[in-house]
Amino acid sequence: MAFRLKLVPDNTKIDFFRWQWLTTGISFVLMVASVIIALTMGLNFGIDFKGGTTIRAESSTAFEVSDYRQALEALDLGDVSITEVFDPTFGADRHVAQIRIGATDDTGSVTPEELNRIEAALQVVDPNVSFAAVESVGPKVSGELIMTAIYAVSAAALGILLYIWLRFEWQFAVGAVTALIHDVLITVGIFSLFQLRFDLTTIAALLTILGYSVNDTVVVFDRLRENLIKFKTMPLIDIMNLTVNETLSRTVMTAMTTALALAPLLIWGGDVIRNFVFAMFLGVFIGAYSTVYLAKSIVLWLGVRRDWGKPEKTQKAERDELAGTPFQDAP
Amino acid sequence: MLQIPTWKRILILALVALGLLYAMPNLFYGRVEAHNDAIVEAGRAGFETPEQAAARSLWPDWLPSTLVNLGLDLRGGAHLLGEINVDEVYQSRMTALWPELRDALAAERDSLGGVRRVPGPPDQLHVEIGNPDQMSRAVQIARTFAAPVVSLTGAGASTLDVTASGPTLIVQLSAAEKAATDDRTIQQSLEIVRRRVDEVGTREPTIQRQGQDRILIQVPGIGSAEELKELIGTTAKLTFNPVVGRGTDPNVQAGLGNIVVPSMDEPGVYYTLAEAPVVTGEDLTDARPSFDQNGQPSVDFRFGPQGARRFGAYTTANIGQPFAIVLDEQVISAPVIRQAITTGSGQISGAMSVEESTQLAVLLRAGALPAEMTFLEERTIGPELGQDSIDAGSKAATIATVLVVAYMVASYGLFGVFASIAVVVNVILILAIMGAMGATLTLPGIAGIVLTVGTAVDANVIIYERIREELRAGKRVVKAIDDGFNEAMSAIIDANVTTFIAALVMFFLGSGPVKGFAVTLVIGIATSVFTAIYLTRLLIIIWLERRRPTELVL
Repeated sequence: MAFRLKLVPDNTKIDFFRWQWLTTGISFVLMVASVIIALTMGLNFGIDFKGGTTIRAESSTAFEVSDYRQALEALDLGDVSITEVFDPTFGADRHVAQIRIGATDDTGSVTPEELNRIEAALQVVDPNVSFAAVESVGPKVSGELIMTAIYAVSAAALGILLYIWLRFEWQFAVGAVTALIHDVLITVGIFSLFQLRFDLTTIAALLTILGYSVNDTVVVFDRLRENLIKFKTMPLIDIMNLTVNETLSRTVMTAMTTALALAPLLIWGGDVIRNFVFAMFLGVFIGAYSTVYLAKSIVLWLGVRRDWGKPEKTQKAERDELAGTPFQDAP
Repeated sequence: MLQIPTWKRILILALVALGLLYAMPNLFYGRVEAHNDAIVEAGRAGFETPEQAAARSLWPDWLPSTLVNLGLDLRGGAHLLGEINVDEVYQSRMTALWPELRDALAAERDSLGGVRRVPGPPDQLHVEIGNPDQMSRAVQIARTFAAPVVSLTGAGASTLDVTASGPTLIVQLSAAEKAATDDRTIQQSLEIVRRRVDEVGTREPTIQRQGQDRILIQVPGIGSAEELKELIGTTAKLTFNPVVGRGTDPNVQAGLGNIVVPSMDEPGVYYTLAEAPVVTGEDLTDARPSFDQNGQPSVDFRFGPQGARRFGAYTTANIGQPFAIVLDEQVISAPVIRQAITTGSGQISGAMSVEESTQLAVLLRAGALPAEMTFLEERTIGPELGQDSIDAGSKAATIATVLVVAYMVASYGLFGVFASIAVVVNVILILAIMGAMGATLTLPGIAGIVLTVGTAVDANVIIYERIREELRAGKRVVKAIDDGFNEAMSAIIDANVTTFIAALVMFFLGSGPVKGFAVTLVIGIATSVFTAIYLTRLLIIIWLERRRPTELVL
């Protein structure tokens, strides 16, 4: 007998709906909490959305952020923030600072003279410093980038909603999109809570979460539809439980493989894309949760038409049919 | 279902082999790149140096040499988003129109009375007429300068809007002409930027129009966005203007329609010039470095037919007068016209070195940007940072692949091996297709590939879980596998179509990192469906045919 790793045993019979009020309640509380957190604490927008300049300064020797700050204060650049970047992948001779300078004028980006002044000032306190990357976005563009990002996320959600609606029933589409909004909102909430940098790459990550979450939900819905046809008389709640149990092994397998693929990127992928990968990693788990606990609950509440494939009958026609015709004319 | 005709088997395997062949050059990135660069350079120069021949021989010519284009975040380079100030062109059109309009109006001084230009918005020409009751005649004259708009959308419209307000005649470009002008301005700017970036010979620059009035420029391998800006921004704006006066006072009253411009090589000297140039750099058809009769470096230039005619007419009428050659708002020299120059060619000489004359010729040849460019966004990524990212990304991707393969084999045994082969082939196919399409791999793109590795397994997992169920239901091996594939199909298609929708939206609406990610995701979805459904099935069928198993542990 060959060895087989099975995280989920065959024939599980978990009642996923026993605590459905609790789980769905938690989901909604988390969603509301995320919105409140995002509104009160705000998001730590990167320059893509806020405008300004970020400089990634690297030095072979250790430096003090306060020295850098003092050196730059003399230049009167306005809103400057300096953070040291720590990363397990850095060697002992690699010290990285992220310098962010608020946007100064209305449209344009940083001027070369300004950049030269900054570099010269830093070299006074740290001769080994060099600029590994300089990125500058004018406020005019950053405003547009926010709008484009919002359009992108909404358009993707709309496209998915339409597809599921055409392919399944509208109840499924509502369930899937609720789950999707849930995932996106909670991810945004976590980004706000921990003040992680929110920029264009984060949007890419959100869109991936959206795709992944729906992917997951659709696989379960597909099975649900199949079971609805197979077990015509079984109560909806039981069919749903059966479906989730049947697909549970796959849900866990896929979440695991995706997490296994993302984890090395999270650990060794470097600090440049860490936020991006972190968002996706988070999304995998939130997505799996929302599939099992949220999307189906919505469909359960909305109810599903069970007489698949038959033309819709009016109540009168149904009564007539039930009444039957006791007498027939002889042919 | 479990029978695949031989021709299909060959097709599937041939596609995989083709993918392997086209992805292979990426394993030898440095060599292939040197090979490709050598061919391009030799092609440009028309002959091949020994070094280029050596570089070319690093990779056999008969093998595919398509590489995945590395994005700026991986290779280092500069990114600029520039906005063209299209309004500037309206202004210069009006400035250029004024002398002609003035002459035409002045010709009818008897009825119209005195004519003078009065201040107005920069993109309008305000002209005060001495006898306002003759305004309709003035409007009529001004309208003769209008022409039909040359564009698809503006056909039938006139280029100029001429109106009157009291004693003032107002001339401006019509809305249709403004739109047509904008389009021409952007096209011309794109062309000029492209030629300038090409002059320095960096590889694979991206120069694209974005939206109404923007240009996106991405140049890999260039040191900084500043360098790129200098290359594009040092517009050698060349004009030839009539000289009104010469003096040492920068604040001299120039008079309407005149400008004061400093001299380039005579400190403290200022020229008063007519603002409307006789000819501009845009009329130039050629410029090359040469030496003048004193052996000093100079630049020879030649005008196109229109420019030559205007230049000829002006020099004929103004023999003995000084004529200023103005480069970037500085007078290079103001020679006295000795004779009518009707051939359309001339020479710029002044205090310059050979390098300067060469540089000037290059800039003149590339032409002047028709309007100023404002830079809205600029990014520089150093090459070391890019290399770090490549190292980190490929290390993480390798570990991820190993982990996923190990997990799959532990879960599904031999079938896990099949799925793993499919996943590895999937990554290779993604790279091959990206290379063939000329798509760009970015850092988020690597994350996209890693995610594809994770989800590509999903299709196989759906199939295998289904086969497990069929086996548990007591079906025989072949029947269970067949049903497993069939039943899983609709879930796989639905799941992939929804992800595909999200990826397509990202591709079309996104820019920068979002787009880079979407590219790999779109390609990855297509290839993963192929590998998960066709390749895995083929492998399983070959195994079934050889082993004819009676039981299957999954």
